[in-house]
Amino acid sequence: MSWISDRAIDQLRAAAAWPELDDRYVITGVAGGGGMGTVYIAHDQVLDRDVAVKVSNVADQRGRPDRLTREAHILSRLDHPGIVPVHDAGLLPDGRRFYVMKLVRGRRLDQVMSQPVPEAIRLDLFSRVLEAVAFAHAHGVVHRDLKPENIMAGGFGEVFVMDWGVAQDGLPDPDSAIVGTPGFMPPEQEDAAPVDARADIFALGAVLAQLMGDHPSRALAAIAAKARHHDPQRRYQTVEQLAADVSRFRHREPVTAYRETWTERTVRVYRRYELPILLVLAYVIMRFVLLAALGV
Amino acid sequence: MPFPATRLSVVERTRSGDEETRRLAWATIIEAYWKPVYKYLRLKWSLDPDAAADLTQEFFTTTLEKEIVERFDPTRARFRTYLRICLDGFASNARKAERRQKRGGDVVQVPLDFRTAEGEMARHEGSVPADVDDLFYREWVRALLARGVADLRLWAEQSGRLSMFEVFARYDLADDGEGRPTYAALARDLGLTTATVTNHLAAIRRQFRQLLLEQLRELTASDQEFESEAARLFGSRALDAGDDRR
Repeated sequence: MSWISDRAIDQLRAAAAWPELDDRYVITGVAGGGGMGTVYIAHDQVLDRDVAVKVSNVADQRGRPDRLTREAHILSRLDHPGIVPVHDAGLLPDGRRFYVMKLVRGRRLDQVMSQPVPEAIRLDLFSRVLEAVAFAHAHGVVHRDLKPENIMAGGFGEVFVMDWGVAQDGLPDPDSAIVGTPGFMPPEQEDAAPVDARADIFALGAVLAQLMGDHPSRALAAIAAKARHHDPQRRYQTVEQLAADVSRFRHREPVTAYRETWTERTVRVYRRYELPILLVLAYVIMRFVLLAALGV
Repeated sequence: MPFPATRLSVVERTRSGDEETRRLAWATIIEAYWKPVYKYLRLKWSLDPDAAADLTQEFFTTTLEKEIVERFDPTRARFRTYLRICLDGFASNARKAERRQKRGGDVVQVPLDFRTAEGEMARHEGSVPADVDDLFYREWVRALLARGVADLRLWAEQSGRLSMFEVFARYDLADDGEGRPTYAALARDLGLTTATVTNHLAAIRRQFRQLLLEQLRELTASDQEFESEAARLFGSRALDAGDDRR
């Protein structure tokens, strides 16, 4: 066969990539994927539910557990509502690894951000991301590739941090390649130097900056800037510290990352106590008008 | 077998002390790359068919003469990327010098059927892609898959599995624009059960993947390059066509 059409090229590539799973999982579509693996949508015939099956694109050539297996192990250790649970894992006849996980239905954070979503909702989503990442850090896992494309928001406000394939869990790395995404990687990660939880804090700062759009308030911009400071020592040292500052901002309290001016403080205090201030003002004005009317 | 047994890559074999090994390695490289090179010259460098054909011949002769491939450093680039960069430099120099003389000497004798390549270009579904660099990759994939299908047919003939290949050809090679047949329709046409069609496809796809991986192993120079090329070939971008059997 000398000529293969573009359509046949696509079909042949898909055919060669198609995973040969056992009868339990019937593949119904492709959800997406990246350099490491492809995620298929499948129906679990035993439990009668839809699941996601992630399959490595190629078997590891050096006989080691590949990143996909490592990701499955990490996910199985991280039992948190913001982290996708793993149901099953195994080996395909052609040597590729796969694991089965909950099928998350929703939109990626970058897709959410492209819509006009109120700031309060955006910050609520971000706070849920922080909870999941803080949980991972507490279990010694650093994600290393946090970005809006790796965060899924469900229809009921639930948030899932996805793609833990390059996470660092204290064990030796499968390879020494630089991992992460430009713009979300701190300088130490770009230099392939050892990283710790503060690398994720840098990425979270970048996510927050994108989440807030072009004209964030100064306090929020300062939080994002502190989180992604080029010097790890000058970032928030823990996700909890970052979360606390975001929470203060949401509750109109002063944040540690920003020293506000007298005017800004007045405006913030006014907005925080807007209703009681307006009530008192209304009472004072009414009282004044009443007294004036009575000629007192 | 989880993955293809390690073979010496063609790049390594071009450095062999044995002349026949070197010749075969060059033949493999040329077979995999001549069409991508020709079409790339036609589209990116806007050469007419004759000029592109001359330059394609000359490129492989020159790469041989100047030992460009022998200088390839797998730690710095993929072989495919390296070859395309060499091609750009070569085409640029050729344009500047406006030289078109034929070279003789140590030319590897691989028949290059430019008329066929030209006919293929006329059959492109779309016009020239916006990113002609992608064209080089796509043509390389096309050549890879074409050889994979030929190898698969040979395997089916030699192992008495032609009916399996027939299922594969009718389903995975179908490109008549009317969509692929369902498994049930295929089973009816070929006098098989639907379960047999399913099993045939699973088995022959596994073999096809194996043959493609063996080719990739041959055409790449390191484990990392092999994994990277395989990931791109089989990655999610390849899967839009999916499998619509159900």
